[in-house]
Amino acid sequence: MSARSQRILAYTIRHLYLYKRSLPRLMEVFYWPVLDLLVWGFVTVYLSRQGGDLPQFVTFFIGALILWDMLFRSQQGISVSFLEDVWSRNLLNIFVSPLSATEYIFSLLLLSIIKLILTSTVMITLAWFLYQFNIFVMGFSLIPLVANLIVMGWAVGIVTTALILRFGQEAEVLAWGVALLFQPVSAVFYPVAVLPWFLRVIANYIPAAHVFEGMRVVFTTGAFPTKEIVWAAGLNVVYIALSVLFFYWNFKVVKEKGLLAKVGE
Amino acid sequence: MNVLVEVKGLTKAFNGFKLAVDDISFEMYEGEILGLIGPNGAGKTTTLQMLLGLTTPTAGEIRIFGLDIGSAREEILRQVNFSSSYISLPFSLTVEENLTVFSRLYNVKEHKKRIRELLSIFEIIDIKDTPTRRLSSGQITRVCLCKALLNNPRILFLDEPTASLDPDIADKTRTLLRAIKKERGLSILYTSHNMKEMEEMCDRLIFMDKGRIIAAGDPESIMKKFGGRSLEEVFIKIARPGQ
Repeated sequence: MSARSQRILAYTIRHLYLYKRSLPRLMEVFYWPVLDLLVWGFVTVYLSRQGGDLPQFVTFFIGALILWDMLFRSQQGISVSFLEDVWSRNLLNIFVSPLSATEYIFSLLLLSIIKLILTSTVMITLAWFLYQFNIFVMGFSLIPLVANLIVMGWAVGIVTTALILRFGQEAEVLAWGVALLFQPVSAVFYPVAVLPWFLRVIANYIPAAHVFEGMRVVFTTGAFPTKEIVWAAGLNVVYIALSVLFFYWNFKVVKEKGLLAKVGE
Repeated sequence: MNVLVEVKGLTKAFNGFKLAVDDISFEMYEGEILGLIGPNGAGKTTTLQMLLGLTTPTAGEIRIFGLDIGSAREEILRQVNFSSSYISLPFSLTVEENLTVFSRLYNVKEHKKRIRELLSIFEIIDIKDTPTRRLSSGQITRVCLCKALLNNPRILFLDEPTASLDPDIADKTRTLLRAIKKERGLSILYTSHNMKEMEEMCDRLIFMDKGRIIAAGDPESIMKKFGGRSLEEVFIKIARPGQ
């Protein structure tokens, strides 16, 4: 294994060790997603039993719930992991080690994938047991849809991390709130068509909105949502590149202003 | 003597005008303990941060092992390490887990053996399975020093390493650092507000005030230059110029 891969893995392992004996961290991965699934899942079942014209009500809602959680977890996998080092006053130890900023970002991405796999496995299994909802009925479409949500989560996570790096703990709240800011215009639980015109314009530029439109296409027609996936992927390429550039630029500014040693104060 | 660190015309201005470090130049030699002292706001921490690549200089040059810190960051950081009483390690990880993570970050060969060796040297082998949050501040400092020695660094940057230690452990730590320095030819850049400690530990001192170097040399020559019987006396004279 190259020294670079060894360092990326080392930093990922540092975070995985946390889950061995920390109940609050395990809760972050399992408790909230499961609670969401239980509460909103049963609400959906109740509403669907009241009748209505909407076909596959449970499928739409629970599918959307699971997919949205994937975006949220991939963002948190990055920004909360960064905060762990701020809270434990370990950030300087990391930045005076040979780990580069690029390797640091790669470790965070790897970490977010691991967390995402754990959370999603629990949610998907539970959804099957409780609501007989099988997300895999989406077939091959599921892969590009999920991949696009993960990449959007990464872009949001990287920007959030850069802002916390720059503005310190005052910006910490962003780690929990930023992804939710995109939820209304991502049309997670309803089609983009129900949004007022100005929000529809914004939704056009949100990769998640295309993913959820795509999800509805798959559930309704079974067709592969090519148009939605191409749009989401195109936007994601631009956003992930911009987020990484924003991180590097911030990192440079933080070093120029001598703020790196002060993050967390 | 072999020059390990070469600093030329190093300057740091924050917000374009506030000079934290004002055109300083110095060298650090292999196998020496070099102390950075001065009142609060003298520029010691900023200098240390620039040497570690944490803060970008406004002007000047830093060469470590003949390499530029800006362009050869990874190569340099593989061969140095840092410890400070103001930083810590992840609380939920055990001592051994923390040291394992850093051994991997520094690509330490036979890291398990190395970790045990260092824990034994610092007399903390019995706490290797204890989560860091349950340690006293003195124990955390010693674990951080173990971390700082994991990669067998050529230069160790220590920022007030004994600040949270009781006199007994502080004395043991100083003795250990001197022994490691003697045994392995380790070079140490040391900052502390404990003037007695600096007098005892450092081969050479750089006295900073308002971002500039106002004196450099061995502790005796500095005391002689300012007419003080101890470094503490010299320090107070400089910090209170009107008195």
